[in-house]
Amino acid sequence: MISEHLPVLQVVVPLIAAPICILLRRDDTAWGLATLATWISFIIAGSMFVEVQSAGALSYALGSWPAPWGIQYLVDPLNAFVLLVVSGVSAVVMLFARDSILDELGRERENLFYCAYLLVFAGLLGVTITHDAFNLFVFLEISSLATYVLIAAGRDRRALVASFQYLIIGTIGATFIVLGVGFLYAMTGTLNMADLADRVRAYDTNPAIIVAYAFLVIGATIKLALFPLHLWLPNAYTFAPSMVSAFLAATATKVGFYVLMRFVFTVFGPEFSFDTLSVGLPLAILAIVGIFATSIVAIFQNDVKRMLAYSSVAQIGYMVLGMSLATTTGVAAGLIHLFNHSLIKAALFCSVGCIVYRLGSSHINSFAGAGRRMPWTMAAFCAGGVSLIGLPMTAGFISKWYIILALLERGWWPIAVLLVVSSILAVIYIWRAVEPAYFREPPADAGPVSEAPLVLLTATWILVFANIWFGIETSLNVGGAFAAAESLLSGYAP
Amino acid sequence: MSAEVLIPIAIFAPLVGMVLILLSGDERPNQRDAMMVLTSVVTFAAVAGIVPEVEAGGRPRVELLEIVPGLPIAFEVEPLGMLFGLIASFLWIITSFYGIGYMRGHHEKNQTRFFACFAVAISAALGVAFSANMFTLFVAYEVLTLSTYPLVAHHQDHEAQRGGRIYLGILLTTSICLLLIAIVWTWVAAGTLDFTPGGILAGRVQGPELAILFFLYMYGIGKAALMPIHSWLPAAMVAPTPVSALLHAVAVVKAGVFTVLKVVIYIFGLEHLVDTGVSQWFVYVAGFTVIAASCIALTKDNLKARLAYSTVSQLSYIVLGAAIATPFAILGSAMHIAMHAFGKITLFFCAGAIMVATHKTKISQLNGLGRRMPFTFFAFFLGALCVIGAPPLGGIWSKWHLLMGAYDAGQIIAVGVLLLSTVLNIAYLLPPVVRAFLLPPKAEPDHGDGSEAGHGGGHGEGHNDAPGDHGSDDHRGDDGGRGIREAPALCVVPLTLTAIGCLILFFLAEPLFGLLEGISELGAIRQ
Repeated sequence: MISEHLPVLQVVVPLIAAPICILLRRDDTAWGLATLATWISFIIAGSMFVEVQSAGALSYALGSWPAPWGIQYLVDPLNAFVLLVVSGVSAVVMLFARDSILDELGRERENLFYCAYLLVFAGLLGVTITHDAFNLFVFLEISSLATYVLIAAGRDRRALVASFQYLIIGTIGATFIVLGVGFLYAMTGTLNMADLADRVRAYDTNPAIIVAYAFLVIGATIKLALFPLHLWLPNAYTFAPSMVSAFLAATATKVGFYVLMRFVFTVFGPEFSFDTLSVGLPLAILAIVGIFATSIVAIFQNDVKRMLAYSSVAQIGYMVLGMSLATTTGVAAGLIHLFNHSLIKAALFCSVGCIVYRLGSSHINSFAGAGRRMPWTMAAFCAGGVSLIGLPMTAGFISKWYIILALLERGWWPIAVLLVVSSILAVIYIWRAVEPAYFREPPADAGPVSEAPLVLLTATWILVFANIWFGIETSLNVGGAFAAAESLLSGYAP
Repeated sequence: MSAEVLIPIAIFAPLVGMVLILLSGDERPNQRDAMMVLTSVVTFAAVAGIVPEVEAGGRPRVELLEIVPGLPIAFEVEPLGMLFGLIASFLWIITSFYGIGYMRGHHEKNQTRFFACFAVAISAALGVAFSANMFTLFVAYEVLTLSTYPLVAHHQDHEAQRGGRIYLGILLTTSICLLLIAIVWTWVAAGTLDFTPGGILAGRVQGPELAILFFLYMYGIGKAALMPIHSWLPAAMVAPTPVSALLHAVAVVKAGVFTVLKVVIYIFGLEHLVDTGVSQWFVYVAGFTVIAASCIALTKDNLKARLAYSTVSQLSYIVLGAAIATPFAILGSAMHIAMHAFGKITLFFCAGAIMVATHKTKISQLNGLGRRMPFTFFAFFLGALCVIGAPPLGGIWSKWHLLMGAYDAGQIIAVGVLLLSTVLNIAYLLPPVVRAFLLPPKAEPDHGDGSEAGHGGGHGEGHNDAPGDHGSDDHRGDDGGRGIREAPALCVVPLTLTAIGCLILFFLAEPLFGLLEGISELGAIRQ
């Protein structure tokens, strides 16, 4: 009985929990509710993932209004995979949140923070699960508006500017998406994605459809921070509270990537995107240029959170590069990296969060001597870094393997060479943070510093362990990604 | 126990050992070190237990898990890997003792971390040795790189930081940028990465593409230290000496040249290489490296630096043999893995013992030390002769086969390189011995004998002189009144053992040849 309502519960549970949080002003109760809601969502996403793998797509008609008139939630291999990633990483990050948020925000605003968090979370899940183009926009706005609040909660006053910056750019992105949806609706008279996909084919290269396409793709690339539309991201990640950086890096841009894929593959179809408009090449070029430009910028950052933020933009390039190949392996590689990069960045931001918790800053100088003073934290950072670089036995290696494989399959070997060269840049920027931790003495005036609290370490190490686990036992991430890629391409070959 | 059980035991025993070492910690050093020795013995016993089956022609195989569909982490022991595994695990036992003596004698910090990383490195080296496909080998290869970084940077000072950067920078760059691409390319082209007798590339990759692929492999395997990507090896000498001894003379560097041999034999296939001639370039590159590194070694006054460049040069012997790619040359290369391992580990042990006993690191400071440390310097002498390739030490066998292989293949340049480098070997390896024994007190004729034996290039007479020297040195040291002040026994006994090992290898090379002839392409060439 309840199992058939899982698609809607996925969104409704956090959405209802959000306003309740405001009422909970006793110690930790808001956090407890938010964590509970997140874990319930995770369990729902997990069970839907299993069901989709065995029984195929789940459809849910909201309010029993049948599609294409009513809003339809559709869980297919692609969004089941993304839902699992988003809710899974969030569930672990929530364990990290309690102490970290208490330290950075204090008691009195805690409940408001968790309310905003749950709205972001519900919004992201809603964007992912809905099969209605306008509903997608609505959820995107819910999550974006709440995200601005989360970022503004940062301790540093510059967080406000960062949040405002993101507000402006994010609103432009959302506007683009709603304009694109509007054009589509004007032309086809429908908002249901499957219905849109059927009707759009009839218009072939109608200019209005192409304009809609351009608005949607650019809007989505703003949300996923593809170079050169990434400018909102570094400040947002740098000044947001540690937990927010970890949460957003693991989820928000991933959902943006999902939106891009959904429009490019499901709504417009790979033939239109890659043969008629041939967006593959420009996307690949932007991805490669972005990987290099932002990796190089990352090398010159002295704030480790900002360095990781730029690195995130570079990693998004890897995902888009995989997608731009429009082969099963390529799309799967993009999705595998979506999965793995969530784990990598969450682990890295959490370990930096531990450093911030104890040392008060994420500047490279405050890492000095951390290897001796906080050995477990730094070990986690190193492990996350190794995964980011993509060495074997870590999730990052699996991503890289499949991206290179996809490139060589299509004979794009110069890009494969560029790709591996770019991972050397990752070695450089990660080592810039690792070296002071182990080779420099802590500043003389520093007081005694102990290891981060056990809760923070546990959350961080769960993520590190996941990085290793999914680098060895890959049936979930690789299998899920290939199932999704096959469902998206369904017979298309470039 | 069957070999299928022993393979995982051999690979995972060091990892269990690592946990035991970490659990014991710095508070219980004796328990920790006992754990390490115990682990090393268990590991060697497991490796040795596999030998009979491999000798009988068996290829025991274990599949652990499938990371990527079609690409399992799998282990399969063939003769070459058997040889490498035996050497690495056997020398680990000796290095364990030596490491205890050295680290305590030198009052090093963070000994627990040191020994734990050491164990991981051995596990990875055995993983390289036993890997059944290129994918598994790559995984183990990278684990080896990462696990040795904390060892190289052990002192955590500015110099260690710099050395560590070069070490990690070169090894990661080459393996990620070149080797990984080569592996994926092979996978796309051949549809398999299994080490297959006769190779997997024939008929699948041709012409210039094959040459590019060969280039990617040869320079991707940075651990083989071909010029110009050799500089990580001298940089790694900032590590404590046990690391230089076991890892940067045996496990890590041999993992590199071992990979080269595996790729040449089982990925490209010897016939395919000889037919297409793509490896000819690397005869020249390796030849150049042999000579150039020897010349640089001549200029180094720091003993460990000199030994490091000597290693660079000796590794290229093996690459040279692989590039010639005739069965005879390959056999010589494979033997050189064993012979150079024993010779070079002895030399490094001695360098470390000298450091522990006298805190001297430069060759120019060694004058007259032979009286004080006769065992050490005599062992150094034997190790040097082994590397030079003089009888009655094991080094002669590998050099002989390399020379024969080069000559048979008509590679006159390679023959010239090998001969010239022998002269250079003598020039850079014997001065420390000469200084220690002959300068400044009084000149004795025993140096002349030793050096002649080296120059002779390996004919019978040096054989009888060497033991004679040993006796007289000891005697003189005792009589000299100043007494013997050697490094701790835990340092001296291991280096004596490896020096004796160099001798034994001369007389007992036959079983090794027998083992290696189990490689189908090398079979029956010596009959």
